[in-house]
Parts: sequence; structure tokens; C-alpha cells
Amino acid sequence: MPYNDGSDIFPSALKLLIAGGFGVGKTTFVGSVSEIAPLRTEEILTTASIGTDDLSGVERKSTTTVAMDFGRITISSEYVLYLFGTPGQERFWFMWDELCNGAMGAVVLADTRRLEDCFAAVDFFESRGIAFLVAVNEFDLDYRYEPDDVRGALDLKPETPVIFCDARDRKSAHGVLISLTKHLLDSQIARDTVPHNGASA
Amino acid sequence: MPSTDDEHWFDDAAGRLIRPYTVSNGRTEPTLRMELLSLVMATGRPAHNQLGPDHSLALGLCGQPTSVAEIAARLRLPAVVTKILLCDLVDCGAVDTRAPDPIADPTNPAVLETILDALQRRL
Repeated sequence: MPYNDGSDIFPSALKLLIAGGFGVGKTTFVGSVSEIAPLRTEEILTTASIGTDDLSGVERKSTTTVAMDFGRITISSEYVLYLFGTPGQERFWFMWDELCNGAMGAVVLADTRRLEDCFAAVDFFESRGIAFLVAVNEFDLDYRYEPDDVRGALDLKPETPVIFCDARDRKSAHGVLISLTKHLLDSQIARDTVPHNGASA
Repeated sequence: MPSTDDEHWFDDAAGRLIRPYTVSNGRTEPTLRMELLSLVMATGRPAHNQLGPDHSLALGLCGQPTSVAEIAARLRLPAVVTKILLCDLVDCGAVDTRAPDPIADPTNPAVLETILDALQRRL
């Protein structure tokens, strides 16, 4: 029987994260760009009493289940891009290291009525050194803020882009991913042009 | 009522009707390092027949290179349990696996350019 060792067949899987507060439109966004209907995968995490659960004196591990919605875009025969929408239970997905390791970049979806909901994601990506942009999902009745208002409110670094989008709209959501990819390229160029400390004697 | 067309004991309201690690025979650790974005594909070699129905379902989803995340979602099993099933299939030669490529890291501008082109073509 012909046997394929698969060496030429496997593409490389790439990963982007879509984060933001509960109900901000992460799964909608994933659905707008994905070539498959968004799928949900779960992981069982083992946690030593974490977050706000005060289990003083009760030193035991517990398990919790975290769910994640994701979609996929075939880039070429060599690359497949996966988009993972992080769940609303923020304090759990931060612990899902595997999900965050190797992410190329991230979109933080924001709702201007509840900007504070994305503080945790912004802090997390900054601390992990994962490049990201903030995409304000414009709900119909929103007062239109300027990008600098959002930047100020979230205390973003000057290089972090702030853009506006409609997560339901295929074109708009693709625009966000294109902006993110350009931002990742720019970050790379910036990194390459800054001399490394101690690189020259 | 569990859905009758599903070999899983799965109820739309209650979810899976058996505990997740039952499927993996109580094992909680995969035998190989496998990631959510590891890709798996059937080799065409048969799986040995001691493997259970969940293994058959998993194998049936590996017709082309498919991520562990996707197989977990379609089996409606936690990722760790899916990895254990897939490792059994790798161990018996029925499935081949490939870890995410380190070349495809975010610092590679050629990869980013490829993504940019592809996204722009989709518009």
C-alpha cells in the first residue's frame, strides 16, 4: 500500500488571538473572517485556588474547564492561520499557556461603553510581549470616539494602533487582520533597526 | 434525550453524558507532546482493533492535515483527552503528526508578507 510519510503535506499552523471583554463580539469577529463556522474547543485546566476564590486553609487543586471559539483561514498550501477568540472568563484563559504561546499577535476588541473590560487583555499582551492592536467594535448607537481618546483611556503605548471596525462585517473584520499584520511587520522592522545592546564592541 | 445519530453520549442541554477522562481510560496525560495547533493526518495504516469508538471517530476526522483543536471541537472532547486519543493513534502508526513549525514565528517577515497578501486577496 502506498504510504505517505506526510513530510510534504503538512502546512504550518499559525495563531492569532482575539481578546476583549464578555459580549464584545469576539466570536462574531472570528465568524466574519473564518472559512469554517466557528468551532468551540475546551480544555481542562488544573488550578491551585486562584483569583477571587478565597479558599483560605483549603489547600487543594481543582480543575476548571475553559472553552475557546476558533476559526481558520487557509493562507496558502504552506500556512493555515487559526484565530482563537478568548472566552469571557478572563482569569482562566490567562492560565492557558498553550493558547498564548506562539501567538503571532492579537486583536483586543473593545466596546467604548465598557472600555475597562479590555484592561486585562491589554495588560496581559503587553507583559507577554505579544504585539496587538485595539479594534473598537462600533455598535450602532455609539458615540464616536477619537482613537486618541481610546488610547488615553487604555493607556496604550504610542506604537499600538487603535482602529474602528464592525465585527459583523466581513470586509471590516478582514481590515482589522490586515492592519494587525502590517503592525506586526512594522514592529519587526522597528526591532531590526534598533541596535541590540552590547551588539557592537 | 441524547441525540440518536451521535455515537457519543451527548445531550444538547447537558453536554457529554460521560466524564471526559472515561474516554481516555482514566489517563490524563498524552504520551507525546502534542499542541492545540499540532496537525495530524491519517497515514492509511489501520488502527489496531483494541482501540475504542472514540479513536475511530478521531481517525475519521484525520483525512487531511487537521489541527488537534479542530478534532477536539468536532469530537466535543476536551483538548487533553483528544490528545490522548490521537497519541494512541500515532503510537499504532495510524496517524502522523506535526508540531507547529518554529519557522513560522512572528518575527519572520516573509511569513507576515504571505499572510498580508492572502488576506488582501480575500477582500
